[in-house]
Amino acid sequence: MRITRVLGATALMLGLAVAPATADSSPSASAASSSSDAGSAPTTAGTSFRTAVEIEQGQDATASASTGDYLYWSFAADAGRRPTVKATVKLPSTHAAQSWQIDVYDGLRRRQACQYGAQTRTAEQGVSSVELACVLRTVRAWSEPWGNDPLPGTYYVRLTALSLATADLGQPVHASVRVDSKDIGGAAAVDGSLAKPLVPGIAVSSKSGAQDGDSSKAAVLSSIEPDGGWDSGWWSDRWVWTGVGAVLAALAGIGGYTLTRGSGRPSRVPPGA
Amino acid sequence: MIRTQRLAAGVCALLATLAAGLAFPAAAAAGEPTSGASPKVDLVLDVSGSMRTRDIDGGTRMAAAKQAFNEVLDATPEDVQLGIRTLGANYPGNDRQTGCKDTAQLYPVSTLDRTEAKTAVATLSPTGWTPIGPALLKAADDLTGGDGSKRIVLITDGEDTCAPLDPCEVAREIAAKGIGMTIDTLGLVPNTKLNKQLSCIAEATGGTYTSVEHTDELTDKVNQLVDRAADPVVTPVATEGAAQCIGAPTLKSGLYTDREEFGQQRWYKVDVNPGQELRTSVSVAADRAVNPSYGVLLRAVTLNGREIVRGEAAGSGRTDAISTGLRYPKPESDEDDATAETVCLQVTNSFSAASGVKTTPGMPVELTVDVVDSPSKASDVASFGLGRGWWLLGLLVLVGFLAGLIWGWLSRWRVAVWRTN
Repeated sequence: MRITRVLGATALMLGLAVAPATADSSPSASAASSSSDAGSAPTTAGTSFRTAVEIEQGQDATASASTGDYLYWSFAADAGRRPTVKATVKLPSTHAAQSWQIDVYDGLRRRQACQYGAQTRTAEQGVSSVELACVLRTVRAWSEPWGNDPLPGTYYVRLTALSLATADLGQPVHASVRVDSKDIGGAAAVDGSLAKPLVPGIAVSSKSGAQDGDSSKAAVLSSIEPDGGWDSGWWSDRWVWTGVGAVLAALAGIGGYTLTRGSGRPSRVPPGA
Repeated sequence: MIRTQRLAAGVCALLATLAAGLAFPAAAAAGEPTSGASPKVDLVLDVSGSMRTRDIDGGTRMAAAKQAFNEVLDATPEDVQLGIRTLGANYPGNDRQTGCKDTAQLYPVSTLDRTEAKTAVATLSPTGWTPIGPALLKAADDLTGGDGSKRIVLITDGEDTCAPLDPCEVAREIAAKGIGMTIDTLGLVPNTKLNKQLSCIAEATGGTYTSVEHTDELTDKVNQLVDRAADPVVTPVATEGAAQCIGAPTLKSGLYTDREEFGQQRWYKVDVNPGQELRTSVSVAADRAVNPSYGVLLRAVTLNGREIVRGEAAGSGRTDAISTGLRYPKPESDEDDATAETVCLQVTNSFSAASGVKTTPGMPVELTVDVVDSPSKASDVASFGLGRGWWLLGLLVLVGFLAGLIWGWLSRWRVAVWRTN
């Protein structure tokens, strides 16, 4: 009798304990990499931070350019995600050895480190294409002003030839860029949040937007926003973990209590007392 | 009586609505100089003698340029003001002095009349010298006025024949004079020397250089450049930083541009109210040949000279710009009469160049300033102080179990005590 009760309680606990693990993947997976509408993917690139072409995550943006150009794109990255930038450059049929590089900058134009990925690659003579990749750190909702952590906002990708022969300057190349991001979930959920994402010019654009209600035509530094808007920042699967932990603790408490109580009436008490 | 009052009130409300409706668009238009300004493009075409060479798709370079121009003129967006300038089109002689002044406006920068422009292009035949520097200077004059973006597209097949005026330095001066002036260069069947000169001109102004060997490449590229000019871009506001914080210009949220020489300091001021966050970033563009190691430092300093926060960046290798940024959230104040804090921003660079490189005008500096509302700071590392993971669950279960056991034993003990009494 006692054994079955204890076993039942244990099974219940196990069942509940599995719940957070399955809940890991469920919250806010909507903005992942579902928006691959290739029809509207940009076919140009900017030439400076100011003129960077905005791309969406999951889009294959392309651009025809010349060797020696500095190509800029920008994308939006939200908290709890780890963006990966991939770029492919198709080189002309004849060229000397040249190295290419992608750099990623955040909304404050601070260079962001790549955790891994071939950020710089050298194409030997006659190689037809170079593939570059950069896996950023996980974007945090908040960090101290003295830190360099990636924060939600606009990110800039700069693709350029880092070293090349003078004879190769101006040769036509074809570049394509794609940004995807992985949902890291509650493991990266930190306290605090930014009042506004790190989008350059947001103080100006929100002001003019409030004045005339329609700022679609006006030029802004960055008008970028992820699918479904910026994360409001209060939800994480930590709520599930903590809540389940509380329930389990309560059940374990009941279990411990029952162990000490035995199977009901004390054996010493005579029936009908 | 009551009815007339109501009527009067209604009329007043109607008038107020109308007035507001009329007033708002006007205010909005004043606040956005960029939306109304039309972009200007000046195509500068080399019509020197060498354009007769037959090496582009079996035809002459001139024929290729003419065909490309016709297609570009057809595809030019309505709102772009386009002009055409020639160099070396009129003077066939051997006098260098005269030959180097030979640049003319073929079609003025204005709203495009396609037929007229095409007729003008058709009259061109390869003639004289290649005065790139003087042509660029004149082209910059063609584009003066207006708030929109300005772009010069230079198409040439040979390097400048009018030394000592270095077209590269001319380009740098043009960029320093006009705001948002970009020079893109296209080289027709170029050699290494032309590659070098044209990419130097392009890099001096943040433009691009393309070498062209086929007519369709030329058409595509010029079209791309004209379209790029038509894209609405925020025009920066020119400012001039001071050598120290005292007397530095006070900046509001926006985009600014300035010049900074090698090793020079620039100071700016920004007012930040309590509960606001200052975000600023700075890019220093390398518009000339610089040594391969460089850096930029942006510091936010109080009026007393205490550093609040800094942004720093360093790099090596070929680059167009180096940039960094910082943010400074100023905490909320409990006092009622809390005033705005003046934050001094210091921009320094560690670019250097070989001894022959000119140091003036300074390198272009682009500064963005955003002052936004800031929330209070985080109270915990984890989101809302919540826990996560199997260790947390294990601990909670253990503590709960022990608490249950103790509670159970306690109550048994209490029952036993009660029973014995």
